[in-house]
Amino acid sequence: MHIFKNPNFDFIRWKWQAIAVSWVIILAGLFQIWTKGMPKGVEFSGGTIVLVRFQQQPNLDQVRNTLPGGGANAVVQSYGDPARHEVSIRVHSREVEQGTSLSNTAEAVVDALNKGGLGPIKPASHLCASATEFNCVSGRRIVGPTVGAELQRRGVLATVFALGGILVYIAFRFRFSFAVGAVVATIHDLLITMAFLAFFKYELSLNVIAALLTITGYSMNDTIVIYDRIRENMRSMRRDNLATIVNSAVNEMLDRTMITGGLTLLSVIALFLFGGEVLKGLAFTMIVGIITGTYSSVFIAAAIVVIWQGRSPVKVAPAAPVAPTGKAASGKAAAKSGKRRAS
Amino acid sequence: MYKNLRWKLLTIAVVFAVFFAVGVYPMLAAHFHWPVPAALQAKALKLGLDLKGGVELRMRVNTDDALKTTTTSTAEALRSSLATQTITPTITLVSPTSFRVEGVPQDRAQAFRSAADEITQTDYDINSMPGGVYQFTMKPNIERDQREQAVDQTMQTIDRRVNELGVVEPSIARQSNNDELLIQLPGVSDVAHAKEIIGKTAQLEFKLVEAGPGAKEDLLKQYNGNLPGDLEIVPGSGGDAGASYVVKKIAPVTGADLRMAKPGLDENNQPAVHFELKPSGAPKFGKLSGENIGRYLAIVLDNKVISAPRLDGRITDQGRISGGFTAETANDLALTLRSGALPAGLTSLEENVVGPSLGSDSIRAGVIASAVGMLLIIAFMLVYYKLSGINAAVALICNLVILLGLMAYIGATMTLPGIAGFVLTMGVGVDSNVLIFERIKEEIAAQRGVRAAINAGFSRVFLTLLDTHIASLIAAAFLFQFGTGPIRGFATTLSIGLFVNLFTSIFVSKTLYEFELSKRQTPALSI
Repeated sequence: MHIFKNPNFDFIRWKWQAIAVSWVIILAGLFQIWTKGMPKGVEFSGGTIVLVRFQQQPNLDQVRNTLPGGGANAVVQSYGDPARHEVSIRVHSREVEQGTSLSNTAEAVVDALNKGGLGPIKPASHLCASATEFNCVSGRRIVGPTVGAELQRRGVLATVFALGGILVYIAFRFRFSFAVGAVVATIHDLLITMAFLAFFKYELSLNVIAALLTITGYSMNDTIVIYDRIRENMRSMRRDNLATIVNSAVNEMLDRTMITGGLTLLSVIALFLFGGEVLKGLAFTMIVGIITGTYSSVFIAAAIVVIWQGRSPVKVAPAAPVAPTGKAASGKAAAKSGKRRAS
Repeated sequence: MYKNLRWKLLTIAVVFAVFFAVGVYPMLAAHFHWPVPAALQAKALKLGLDLKGGVELRMRVNTDDALKTTTTSTAEALRSSLATQTITPTITLVSPTSFRVEGVPQDRAQAFRSAADEITQTDYDINSMPGGVYQFTMKPNIERDQREQAVDQTMQTIDRRVNELGVVEPSIARQSNNDELLIQLPGVSDVAHAKEIIGKTAQLEFKLVEAGPGAKEDLLKQYNGNLPGDLEIVPGSGGDAGASYVVKKIAPVTGADLRMAKPGLDENNQPAVHFELKPSGAPKFGKLSGENIGRYLAIVLDNKVISAPRLDGRITDQGRISGGFTAETANDLALTLRSGALPAGLTSLEENVVGPSLGSDSIRAGVIASAVGMLLIIAFMLVYYKLSGINAAVALICNLVILLGLMAYIGATMTLPGIAGFVLTMGVGVDSNVLIFERIKEEIAAQRGVRAAINAGFSRVFLTLLDTHIASLIAAAFLFQFGTGPIRGFATTLSIGLFVNLFTSIFVSKTLYEFELSKRQTPALSI
């Protein structure tokens, strides 16, 4: 069974249009972040989140109004399974808090709700013990303002080092132009995903950061698979120019790209639909990341290799990778020539 | 050609059975209430706090406190040593790591230097300034060691305290290489109490009372507003400045000299804390109480006087602290005294509390999402690759079972982002199978025999997989290096998943092909 019967699309022809579209999305995303700001999760901005489970689904505006200061800086959202009547209340606690007194803010929120007639909610030190207990706090998270900066620093460091490591690895296994293509494609994916996170107003949380770093891995995986076939074709199609070689590699891998991308996307969509509130941001990030990661392998990573090397015929084949056995290597060459005859 | 087939199949069966027993069976058993052998139960997969509920605290150790203690006691030791040689300079604390000595007579400089060298050993740099002024600053390497020690001691003390609280499987970890601690207390729901126990410095000191109790200003007047350098004013119980005491700065006996502390009652049947002294502490307490009969001894906890009883006789082995305790506060104080004082105060940076029902909601959602994703993938593989799809399904299931088993075996923790790592592992696993199957299809299209096509498919794709997996491992390594709690959980799941995937998609899948081919005379392939 095949999805595409002998596909022969000229992907590389559309490289400039594809790059233009990517730029438009990235710039729009940056503009959005620049003007409206990227909403940051409590881990990064500092503050308090209290998850309150009410007896009945309350009116969110009413909840907001009961908060200190009319809830001007508070974020009030319903949370998770609707049957739980759970509301996530986030307030900023900007002042530097000393000692072990962080949790006062949580108690203050519960007090305010009780004064506003939404209770009686049990004190925040008591947590909902079972799924059927209501009028209680089911969880809370309090982050001092100093933690965020450190997390941000570490997230950026992790990304920079991961990209650096991959640049070196691909340059060693393929060619420098391949490494540049792969890294640019990955940065492209991160920017596009950030743009979509901003468009859809997802918060930058620790889970989203984990997902962003995951798509670094996924995008790289997809790119290397395509590169691998390009490298192979460079040896069997010496007389063709690079654009042709890249196109044929992408076309040969098209079935695989669609199946892998599609199936991974399916499982991430399952995560988005059924994974619960906590994983929603993470799953959304991975959905965007998998789509753009698949797209960028062809239109960014492979395109950059073509643009970098120009349209000259390939003169020197890259060094052969270490084959597990001599038999496999010769078998592969035979397979290659056979396939070219067949097509 | 397939002479090793039997052994390969056996290996797969054994590996699968072992990891199923370690990783999957205890979970199923917990859900369905089946019996589990104790050895397996001990190895069962650990769930992160976000899944099983509990308290996570991130705290900074204020290591300055510990340095200040050291510097103060060094300065005081120098003061009393100089006093015996009738040198009485003014000594002031400049920073947690330095103090300044002023007013050393010119002709006594030599005696001062030798006393200073003896007291400060070589831990402090001495900077001599004109006019008999000396600045003592702790050496950077000593400062570093002291900070390091303060964090280590804090961790040990907190560990003892949470163990006394009866928390099962607590975790106290240092965050990279700084002063931050991540304290995880699974299953704890009384957060406020836990924090009070952990955060209490519990610096117990016995100091001789010079004057008091009285209002701070009145006490100062007794000294004409100028307190001698070796004395200090400490507020009374509850921080009441109106009932302050003037006490000696140096405490001859501290909480470190206690061997045992337990709650009890005093002579008025009020809750109190009974303590016993260590063999090393007993003579000190004996000397302190024996030489000062009739005077008052302030019992100072975290810089507040709890009570100041009169010394009626020599006390050597045991004593009692009373003063406005309830049964619970007496119990808490005894617990914190038993576990030792924190060498430094703690600042709360972050506090994450997951209620037990929130955690179980997350587990259910994660399991449903993973199961749905898995079923969709397997259904597609069976339709698209026909019988070969069975190989892929077996490889995928093997992959997940071994992954769970390995995580349980090495004691890794399953977190919510870890579930996401599972989904990604499935994705990469599918990719490996698809790559191999597509390659085999190509090889067959090039009119190669089935056996040769399968061999070429596997060996060629092996190189691709090696490249993609190494690149992913590089990324995962940096995630682990720089990530915090949940991200690390994710990186762990991902890295193990990558290794397992190489085994299942290459070895398991290929062995299954060999097994299928060995059954038939003229091989044909359903792909």
